[in-house]
Amino acid sequence: MWVVPAIPPALFLVLSGILFTIGVIGALTRRNAIVVFMCIELMLNSVNLSFITFSRFLRSMDGVLFAFFVIAVAAAEAAVGLAIFVMLYRSRETINVDEINLLKW
Amino acid sequence: MKLPEIDLCLIAPEIIVAAFGFFVLLVDVFFSKRENKAYLGWISLVGIFFAGALAVTQAGSVKSGFEGMFISDGYALFFRITFLIIAFLTVLISMGYTQREGIAFGEYYALILFATLGMMLMAAGTHLVIIFLGLETMSISIYILAGMMREDKRSVEAALKYFLLGAFATGFLLYGIALIYGATGSLYLKDVASYIASKNLLRNPMLLMSLVFLTIGFGFKIASVPFHMWTPDVYEGAPTSITAFMATGVKAAGFSALVRVFFSALPGFRPDWTSIMWLIAVATMTVGNIVAISQSNIKRMLAYSSIAHAGYILVAFVAGNDLGVSGILFYLMAYAFMNIGAFTCVILLGKKGEENTLIRDYAGIGFKYPLLSAAMTIFLLSMAGIPPLGGFMAKFYVFSAAVKEKFYWLAILGVLNSAVSVYYYLRVTVLMYFREPEREITGLQFSPAAVAALVLAVIGTLYMGIFPSNVLSFAQKSIAGLM
Repeated sequence: MWVVPAIPPALFLVLSGILFTIGVIGALTRRNAIVVFMCIELMLNSVNLSFITFSRFLRSMDGVLFAFFVIAVAAAEAAVGLAIFVMLYRSRETINVDEINLLKW
Repeated sequence: MKLPEIDLCLIAPEIIVAAFGFFVLLVDVFFSKRENKAYLGWISLVGIFFAGALAVTQAGSVKSGFEGMFISDGYALFFRITFLIIAFLTVLISMGYTQREGIAFGEYYALILFATLGMMLMAAGTHLVIIFLGLETMSISIYILAGMMREDKRSVEAALKYFLLGAFATGFLLYGIALIYGATGSLYLKDVASYIASKNLLRNPMLLMSLVFLTIGFGFKIASVPFHMWTPDVYEGAPTSITAFMATGVKAAGFSALVRVFFSALPGFRPDWTSIMWLIAVATMTVGNIVAISQSNIKRMLAYSSIAHAGYILVAFVAGNDLGVSGILFYLMAYAFMNIGAFTCVILLGKKGEENTLIRDYAGIGFKYPLLSAAMTIFLLSMAGIPPLGGFMAKFYVFSAAVKEKFYWLAILGVLNSAVSVYYYLRVTVLMYFREPEREITGLQFSPAAVAALVLAVIGTLYMGIFPSNVLSFAQKSIAGLM
């Protein structure tokens, strides 16, 4: 029988770090507000991956619990965020963050 | 299996605030036909008052509950009272303003109450989950409040910018928390500190990274340089009453969590964070003050001045001694009075469709609206740090804490910055009294509630300047057991 070899927890942490970095770079460089928000969601989910890895590694449930709270908060944030994008599109007909520039000095 | 003990008395003020938030929403549904929503504001005021009274009855006792996740100590008490004062004044100034600007929705007051609830949880949480949830309860409510003026393009833009950057900062904060959890295996602030001390993890790269991430995450909330870019845009675009709430409440809540986390969970890293925070404090003060000079919009000027004030408070954070931390508490309370007062003046000087937020609109109002201008002068002088006003004593405590810890350069740079700030605060005063008006400002309607808030803010600013020892000794008692 073919057995999956155990994956060392360090690899999950590296993956989480890479995903977080991709999220940060995306959030800083992309111009569509929804894509920026998706990159931020990627950051949050990479943190969840870290939490769950630590939780398993440390044999404590706190990290898993935290991940659930993060998911709930991210859902609430998405609801508010999408409402803001809709409101923005109604008033400007664009959600390109480069064109949202009424306020500056 | 034993169920954890639940002591609801411990979170009674929070429960009252949350319950009144829901009550306001419910009442609004039943009386949705009514045009004037000011009665919802009065309901909120009753709730805030009750919560404050309950919080005061808990004074003097230190009780921890919910498996040690929540603590009701002096520190939490001081911040609860500060947040409730801020919420009280914000609701007072909102009642006329929301009616005037056509944003009198029932959820407006409910969201202010929910944001206050989040702030109170941030100050009283001793577990990183509670602190995180409090921060998000506050932030999400305020994202909505910032975009309350749906028809106004600038308000929508403010909401978008605050939302995207706030969520971005949340990501960093969470990663910092995850790294602390990974390195120490706990989310309790006290356990984190004792684990770090017992295993001598002071050079652990994961913890050093988490220190950086936490600094970024909280840095966004307190608007410190280089994480301040959103502040002027959001403060200018958001409804003025919400700007006052953000500038005082969110900043105070950010500092309450920052101090609690750094001083109770990561005290061993003091030498590491001192050097980072020294740089951030100097940059924050300098950028805030220099850029404020060139502003032509008063809301934007006050936004940059609020960045500068975050810098002064960080000076006390760097000093980190007893006087410094109680100075932070004192400063935040004094700042709440003078800043909400200044924004109240900005609100009162506007009318529907004519906000009058340019600084040159203030020319010559000194003799036309003598009381309003006198109040504005008091607040601006207090922010500039002129005795005998609250802002002077706050700066005095902050800088003497830095001197006491031998951060001479920091104190000198702070005082120099404070001198620079006098220029742009006095410019508004000079315009008010010594210039001819460029155009007539007529037909202002002073809502009685906002005038009451103005009077309270003047009393608070004067009281904290003339009798500072009462509030300072309260603040000094509050931080016992924190460090």
